[in-house]
Amino acid sequence: MTAKVHIMLKNGILDPQGKTVHHALENLGIDQIEEVRMGKLIQLQLGDISVDAAEKIARQACTKLLANPVIEDFRIELVEEKE
Amino acid sequence: MKFGVIIFPGSNCDHDCYYALKNVFSQDVSFIWHKEEDVSKYDVILLPGGFSYGDYLRTGAVARFSPVMKAVVDFANMGGIVFGICNGFQILCEAGLLPGALMRNQSLRFVCKHVYLRVENPDTIFTNNCEKGEILNIPIAHAEGLYFADEKTLSELNRNNQVIVRYCEPNGDISQEINPNGSLENIAGIMNRSGNVMGMMPHPDRSAEEILNSDDGAKIFRSIIGQTLEAA
Repeated sequence: MTAKVHIMLKNGILDPQGKTVHHALENLGIDQIEEVRMGKLIQLQLGDISVDAAEKIARQACTKLLANPVIEDFRIELVEEKE
Repeated sequence: MKFGVIIFPGSNCDHDCYYALKNVFSQDVSFIWHKEEDVSKYDVILLPGGFSYGDYLRTGAVARFSPVMKAVVDFANMGGIVFGICNGFQILCEAGLLPGALMRNQSLRFVCKHVYLRVENPDTIFTNNCEKGEILNIPIAHAEGLYFADEKTLSELNRNNQVIVRYCEPNGDISQEINPNGSLENIAGIMNRSGNVMGMMPHPDRSAEEILNSDDGAKIFRSIIGQTLEAA
């Protein structure tokens, strides 16, 4: 099982990095994009455990360390490996 | 007074703080390795600037789980004086000893220069040698100094006079143009509600004596030490 943790700045918090990248894309002629926001993707390799257990561990990792609730939201995506 | 300067892996202003306290202000000061679990013999704990744990994940996010930080939190909750400079401020926010968070500078650049700070609250452990509205010339050196807090927290900080210094023009005016990092309301340093924990992005340790172009940082140290300029 792999937990993919997506961490993004909360809505409404200015993301100067995303803004700069957006600007660069516009300069390249890719100007149909309305907004760019950047975040982090953290992959947690969890071995052979249940969805519930994986969700619990990933959530704990996020609330304790991976995300700062003052500025960031997180989303956990669980991916089961194919045999 | 006994001062302790914590060394995290990646701290790089630990010696600046130690030097200022020992050589400039003749204080009793020791280094505290981040693996220590007891800080009760100290009167003041300093968290110095630097790049603890390489700033991985978020600035201060990993350092706050160093063994010593549990002791620092207990020390602060018992009323002990804790002062964080730059990375130290970031660690105190991550540890929950101070509200809010420090984010990437709006310019996305590392900014290293002297700035002016207006003292908003001189009735604190950390600024009692200053006048209200006094302007201090103290350098900054950071890439993650944009102070952010939600609206509720910000209004509480203002209502309780917890904002200690703001970035200002040389004449003391607060403007967006002079804001070096995009901090909300030009906030450069804050303290906790009970007034025993303070964090600031600018470096009083780098402006503690005349040879460093400004000795305004000495006022912060002297406030903490509890001695007036005249007595020194």
